[in-house]
Amino acid sequence: MVLTGKSIKNTLTALVAVIPSLFFANPAQDTTHVHAESAVHAEGEAHGHEHAPASKKDVVDAYIQHHLLDAHDFTFFSDEAEGKHYGFSLPVILFDNGLQIFSSSEFHHGEKVAEVNGNYYALHHEKIYKLDSADAELSYDEHGHPTNVKPLDFSITKSVLSMLFTAALMFIMFVGLAKSYKKGPIPTGFGRVLEPLIIFIRDEVAIPNIGEKKYRKYMGFLLTVFFFIWILNLLGMTPLAVNVTGNISVTVCLAIFTYLITQFSANKDYWKHIFWMPDVPVAMKIVLMPIEILGTLTKPFALLIRLFANITAGHVVIMSLIAMMFVGQNLAADMPISIGLTLFISIIELLVAFLQAFIFTMLSSLFIGMAVQDHHHAEDHDHHTEDEPIII
Amino acid sequence: MEGTLNLIGAGLVVIGAGLGLGKIGGSAMDAIARQPEAAGKIQTAMIIIAALLEGLAFAALILGK
Repeated sequence: MVLTGKSIKNTLTALVAVIPSLFFANPAQDTTHVHAESAVHAEGEAHGHEHAPASKKDVVDAYIQHHLLDAHDFTFFSDEAEGKHYGFSLPVILFDNGLQIFSSSEFHHGEKVAEVNGNYYALHHEKIYKLDSADAELSYDEHGHPTNVKPLDFSITKSVLSMLFTAALMFIMFVGLAKSYKKGPIPTGFGRVLEPLIIFIRDEVAIPNIGEKKYRKYMGFLLTVFFFIWILNLLGMTPLAVNVTGNISVTVCLAIFTYLITQFSANKDYWKHIFWMPDVPVAMKIVLMPIEILGTLTKPFALLIRLFANITAGHVVIMSLIAMMFVGQNLAADMPISIGLTLFISIIELLVAFLQAFIFTMLSSLFIGMAVQDHHHAEDHDHHTEDEPIII
Repeated sequence: MEGTLNLIGAGLVVIGAGLGLGKIGGSAMDAIARQPEAAGKIQTAMIIIAALLEGLAFAALILGK
């Protein structure tokens, strides 16, 4: 076959599509590490973990749980037969009797107790606990959760590093776009990809919801949130095992930003509707007040749960499908089914990555628009309350 | 036993989501059939409502497990 440009492109695309499944091909060795870790913790404590080698399903569950969590070191992949991990350690920054900064390599992936300036710390399921001495063990309660004190943890974990990377990436991309406008109205370079997206957010999301006069103030927040969530979701799709938007702390913060912006930019009509709804009998006003106050909280809460659940569910499904070929009996027959299904779900997850970012941005702009819109006068007030959308 | 109840609950959530999405899809198809030139806008609205519904379904799944 003649090596045409098109055939080379198609071959390369096919190869790139298959590579992610190769990266996932380590679980058989990785799971033994997590199993060893849970066995080490299980010895000597009677807290419900199995002492006998856990079934493959439990090992897979532990692996999936481990990958949904944040990590204090950035492991690309590990070779359990040799006990080697390929990756790099991240700084651990604790605030406990002063600021303690040390590298997470002191933990040796959770096996050793780190000693820093006379304080002893242990790592259990990626959370740092304080121990009294080098030989002390974590004490567990009946559910298997450690009861030791946790110092304030400001470490640069994998998620923090991913967010800093995303911030740097967004900065480079958009400063590049802004600079290319100096040469003329049509951007050059990578900015040509970003400009239609920015215009899309402005024309389809910001202006219809917030209105022509006031949308400009909020464009910064909407664009930031949109690209931030989109890039983080896409990073979660790579084999690097980062899971940032699937971390409830991150989504809580994003929802808090939306909430604060809506509350602080709301005008008097908005507050009047919450605390003292006009055109309604006084008894109903007293009843409606707590419900409306709660209503302002449920909307950001739904935002954060939606993003968190979608992304976490996506990751769990992909990892479960890949693990299917290891848990099943017949490797040769399971492998094509598993890889095919995983590819299919990964394509859907790429769509979900964009869609969840878009939905978050659109609902944020909707809430901001509801907060800043001018009140229609009393004669069409009934009209207004009827069309108020109830969004969960 | 509680594992079975979890699974039955998950099944109910999926039934609910399936019915909801089916209704949205059906209405979207009818609307596009009536007015093919508005297909783009109808599709956008359909995707948005589908994402909201999926959010509910996933939230129920995550909270249940």
